[in-house]
Amino acid sequence: MSVQGLDIRRSSASVVGSLSGLRVVPTVSKYIDTSTCIGCKACEAACVEWNDTGRIQTEQTGSYQTLPTLHAQFWNLIRFNEKEFDGGIIWLMRKDQCMHCDEPGCLAACPAPGAIVQYANGIVDVNPDQCIGCGYCETGCPFDVPRFHPTTGKMAKCTLCVDRVSVGLEPACIKACPTGCLQFGTKDDMVALGNARVAQLKANGFAQAALYNPDGVHGTGVVTVLAHGDHPDWYNLPTNPHVPWGVKFWKRVLRPLGVAAVFGAVIGAFAHYTKYGRKEVKGADSRDANLPDA
Amino acid sequence: MTNGWCDIKNTDVILAMGGNPAENHPVGFKWFIEAKKTRNAKLVAVDPRFTRTAACADYYAPLRPGSDIAFLLGIIRYAIENKRFHEDYVKIHTNGPLLINPDFKFDEAEGVFSGFDQAAGSYNRDSWTYQLDAKGFAKSDPTLQDPNCVFQLLRKHVSRYTPETVEKICGTPKEKFLKVCEIVTSSYPANKAGTITYALGWTQHSTGVQIIRAAAMLQLLLGNVGRPGGGVNAFRGHSNIQGATDMAGTFEILPGYLAVPTGNLTTLKEYIEAKTPKPLTEHSMNYWQNYDKFIVSLLKATYGKNATKQNDWGYDWLPKVDGNYSWMFICDDMYRGNSTRVGGKEPGPEGMLAFGMNPVAVGPNSKKWIAALAKLKWLVVVENSEAETAAFWKAPKDYDAPDASKIQTEVYQLPATGFAEKDGTFTNSARWIQWKWKAVDPPGQVKSDQEILARIFLAVRDLYKKEGGTLPEPVLNVDWSYSNPTAPDLAEALKEINGRALEDQHDPKDKTKLIKPAGEQLDGFAQLQADGTTMCGNWLHSGCFTSAGNLTQRRNNTDDPTGLGMYHNWGFSWPANRRIMYNRASADAEGKPWDPTRPGIWWNGEKWVGDVPDIKPDSPPGTFGAFIMLAEGLGRLFSAPLNDGPFPEHYEPIEAPVVNPLHPKMSSNPASKKFSTDKDVYGKKEDFPIAVTTYRLTEQFHYWTRHQTNGVLNQLQPGFFVEIPEGLAKEKGIDNGSRVKVTSARGSVEGVAMVTKRLGPVTIDGKQVWYIGFPLHWGFTGPEQHRGPLANTATPSAMDPNTWTPEYKAFLVKLEKA
Repeated sequence: MSVQGLDIRRSSASVVGSLSGLRVVPTVSKYIDTSTCIGCKACEAACVEWNDTGRIQTEQTGSYQTLPTLHAQFWNLIRFNEKEFDGGIIWLMRKDQCMHCDEPGCLAACPAPGAIVQYANGIVDVNPDQCIGCGYCETGCPFDVPRFHPTTGKMAKCTLCVDRVSVGLEPACIKACPTGCLQFGTKDDMVALGNARVAQLKANGFAQAALYNPDGVHGTGVVTVLAHGDHPDWYNLPTNPHVPWGVKFWKRVLRPLGVAAVFGAVIGAFAHYTKYGRKEVKGADSRDANLPDA
Repeated sequence: MTNGWCDIKNTDVILAMGGNPAENHPVGFKWFIEAKKTRNAKLVAVDPRFTRTAACADYYAPLRPGSDIAFLLGIIRYAIENKRFHEDYVKIHTNGPLLINPDFKFDEAEGVFSGFDQAAGSYNRDSWTYQLDAKGFAKSDPTLQDPNCVFQLLRKHVSRYTPETVEKICGTPKEKFLKVCEIVTSSYPANKAGTITYALGWTQHSTGVQIIRAAAMLQLLLGNVGRPGGGVNAFRGHSNIQGATDMAGTFEILPGYLAVPTGNLTTLKEYIEAKTPKPLTEHSMNYWQNYDKFIVSLLKATYGKNATKQNDWGYDWLPKVDGNYSWMFICDDMYRGNSTRVGGKEPGPEGMLAFGMNPVAVGPNSKKWIAALAKLKWLVVVENSEAETAAFWKAPKDYDAPDASKIQTEVYQLPATGFAEKDGTFTNSARWIQWKWKAVDPPGQVKSDQEILARIFLAVRDLYKKEGGTLPEPVLNVDWSYSNPTAPDLAEALKEINGRALEDQHDPKDKTKLIKPAGEQLDGFAQLQADGTTMCGNWLHSGCFTSAGNLTQRRNNTDDPTGLGMYHNWGFSWPANRRIMYNRASADAEGKPWDPTRPGIWWNGEKWVGDVPDIKPDSPPGTFGAFIMLAEGLGRLFSAPLNDGPFPEHYEPIEAPVVNPLHPKMSSNPASKKFSTDKDVYGKKEDFPIAVTTYRLTEQFHYWTRHQTNGVLNQLQPGFFVEIPEGLAKEKGIDNGSRVKVTSARGSVEGVAMVTKRLGPVTIDGKQVWYIGFPLHWGFTGPEQHRGPLANTATPSAMDPNTWTPEYKAFLVKLEKA
């Protein structure tokens, strides 16, 4: 969904966004404290209901987790992981959704102009009007988030409830969270909240607690408190996410090269023309002899 | 709850046991998180399963289903032997110093308390009494040294529950148990407070009441009862179950926990004398001395003008109940087709009205319920969707129901409003009565419960009027003066519950001063009279709808001078808008708060201030004991009125995987109750070697959310499963996600295996014991793809002997691949 009237910081397959420079908009972020998440799935229900993503048939396959992975009609999924740890058990629950990277790999990979945008407040959104459903954003995402919706032929993912945020409301998942393990605010505030909670966890024996806000994508619009911060993988999070080299190569090298090549070709053709003039075919006039007469 | 939801934020230590609040009370659980975040409180989870609560806990210890008493008595022993109890509190606020009759004994070899009648399966409680002085007050040893004082008897009783014995019974590794003891008892200093939270994981055992007793005793020893951040906090399983209980939800109580009269009490005078306790210490406020005011005002509310002094305020019209009319006994009567509880043999019930209840699903031993309903002539089910009770006659074959063509029961389903389709109140776990407003109109011809009840009542009354019949008075004399008799307004009913003056009420100290003119709403139960000049539908709720209006509608969440989350202007908290019960115990002998940073109430030199005091407001410290509803005025470490012992004792569940290691001769609770029909079968550990527990999931609510048309919750938790520990799955060759069959002596359930690290095994007495678990939300009605087995097909009809609550939480099964 693309929201009218929001300034756009970056836009896929476009050189510049549409920052008007008139508005000063802070970057927003979700805060997820996995150490106080109870995996109640209120956020899942709220996401489905607010975004009207419809109902998909699920089935019990031996897990508390609603689905094995995200789905074009299920953008918010608590992931449950059981681990043996320190002579006992830990049961980790993490809300999985689009991370709204500061450097969005999906946007980088997208070949359709304006199909993926990053608003001035940092929210990364798919604009279905422009989306061509090619799925390149999937390959660009280090968090395996965007999903192809076979019925609409478009990509779908969490919008960070940009429709709510743009009118001053918190995202639906945050609103529904009963324990306060989900919060919403400016990125700076959420990072401060996360750092404070991490310090408390460290003081309480979780020496490896950390705030997950990975540098590889220049930070994310979802900051996550992990009690076992040395093992993001235990929470199904990549340890060191970054935009895939292929996408970067495409975006930073091949694509400029391609642009250069196009321009080069045009310039070359012009130079050729100015130097040699138009091509003359000997022994024939300009009309193709094989074409029937009109 | 003795305290309230918001109060949990004031605690230093939480023991979450016998409940899984993160799963079942996710919204209230925010206060646990608040305490963790703001006070660095420690949350300890003790549960057979590593639950959602355990996932958020600072420490987790496992125990075998049904071994909670051993665990708690082990903590009590640890607290006493390591002097980690609040000694001053125990001396001032508990019956620890009181002396017990030397005839009281616990026979450690036989496993019974004195007074046990083997043939009757019940106790004579004559020896469970205090030594009385000439004034009839209990003798006491303030130093707690007398071998017959409660404290020393308790110390002796729990001395067997060493960490080694706890490990042997519960399977909890000793070092884990000791770690729990250390954290939980860390709240014993005066400036610390700890809370214990529980739910049906404690209630639903054949020893349920005694488990909760053990928790209350532990909290008294730690000095945590009556204090902000303390208490014994039961989380109720439904939004209004507290309100239902307060309003006589069970057969043996009238509204406000007044006793239902028995046949031997033929006059009101006899009833009041029998029910009004005598004070057992000179400092006992003995608030139940007002029993006469409560019952007479209730009779006036019930029978109105028809209740007069001459006719004992209509006492004769109250049913006199001899024997047990708890719902499981009613089921038993239906199934057997006769009733023998009053001595003779009478026919069983011929019909049943099921309001807001789905006994086929919620009752234990579903097949017995189905067979019992098939014997009725008629059944009326008032529900908002067609559930298992109304559909019992079309139960699938494996429920052993008679062929539908052979069932003569005429079933009526009356569609009723859901909670969002009507006004009214919810009384939450914190005892807060909160008005709610109708959100949507009910569909079609759906009627509210009160309209359905009223229409049935009026029709029955008309029949009595026209045809007479046996004993018409109890029906004809009921006061039904509602503005709309066929659909009484619930605000009007709430006014009746609050009570009003029927005649002018004057100040007892100054008879010329009029405090309540006739017809006006009362301010609270202190204004009730035993002379018929006041009426009140439930003394405990009195004060909720005064002349100032409907106080349950208040929603002030800003004014909280205490800073402790009491919010006295939000809703109404019974009794008397008090937020913490027994709050006199939050202060020491002089009336100073144990912890000045978290005061409950304190004596300011003239009166008690802070929360609404749970003591006469102008009585100086030392006048009255803190526990005004108990005849001792003191918190009970020894409690005589229970049916199965004045102290808790570890007994195995009725179906247990081991024999009681403490007293093999008396393995399970000798006073617990079982039934004896061919449907009431109980399994042996040789045939059913695996222990099991049942529970709810956060994604579904009981048996009805799977019927919802919007389907979100079915999406989140689509079907029945069985949680199986990895080791047991391996032993049986069961793969995660494959289908398994679980069979008890009563029936089988089949579903998807969820193989997990989060369950046992435990080692009991050197033997490895496996336990599994399954949730209860499914059944044979509702959307086709979301049907599943009724969990209660497997559960036993064995009961706690005090509450008649079935033992859903610990029984035996066998497990196989389906």
